Amino acid sequence: MRVGPGAYLLVSAVLFAIGVAGVLIRRNAIVVFMCVELMLNAVNLSFITFAKTNGALDGQVLAFFVMVVAAAEVVVGLGILVSIFRKRSSISVDDVNLLKG
Amino acid sequence: MSPVVAATASENAELLVFIILAPLAVVSALGMVLTRNAIYSALLLVVNFFCLAGFYVLLEAQFVAAVQVIVYAGAIMVLFLFVLMLLGTGNELPMRETFKGQRPAAVLLSLGLLVAIVGALAAGAFDAEPASLAAANQGGNVEAVGRLLFTRYTFAFETAGILLVVAAVGALVLGKRRP
Repeated sequence: MRVGPGAYLLVSAVLFAIGVAGVLIRRNAIVVFMCVELMLNAVNLSFITFAKTNGALDGQVLAFFVMVVAAAEVVVGLGILVSIFRKRSSISVDDVNLLKG
Repeated sequence: MSPVVAATASENAELLVFIILAPLAVVSALGMVLTRNAIYSALLLVVNFFCLAGFYVLLEAQFVAAVQVIVYAGAIMVLFLFVLMLLGTGNELPMRETFKGQRPAAVLLSLGLLVAIVGALAAGAFDAEPASLAAANQGGNVEAVGRLLFTRYTFAFETAGILLVVAAVGALVLGKRRP
């Protein structure tokens, strides 16, 4: 019995949904960030599955670029979190409400 | 061993590895969202990334699997753990809800999203035939991906380099203490 692309896509969908739930539920900004990473990885899994079904490597290259952008995003995002923490000694997403009307 | 038997053996191995990795990936992701200690979240996310690297190997993407382990499980998660321990806020924040009923609504919405995605997949992707990358991977996966990166995707590759430099400079500026 072989593992079809559907199985991988199903895992990818489940991981993405878990990531969305985490972003909506968690209060800790760093954990919210990690959930975003989980969603990016779920999409990468889809890319690589589709690369195999298409018999071409373009999906793998695209997944590679997603990783590059994610690395850049993490660096800047964590920098922002550290400077927010310096200002207000908290990284709860509910405490950042300067723009509240 | 005849090619048919060999093919079945490798398919069985793929099935076995998949059966081990898939629940591990889902459970570690769930644990990451549910545990209240942020350090545990980070470590469970590392487990999840390793599972994904295993999937990539099964899907004939050895280069991306190696990058996943080195960049994601290595560099990015170390950065996360660094910041978690630097800020010392690994432990849970108060569990009060800012909006009433936010958590049940969040769970419902993400379940709805899952149903929508699976519905879209059921419309055709499930019975897609798994093709082989053997032709594209001729001479090795790393060589093939590298060739693609430096021919069709050269511009994107160079732009990614600029993006990384800008991100590094941006992090420096953000991290600097203002006098």
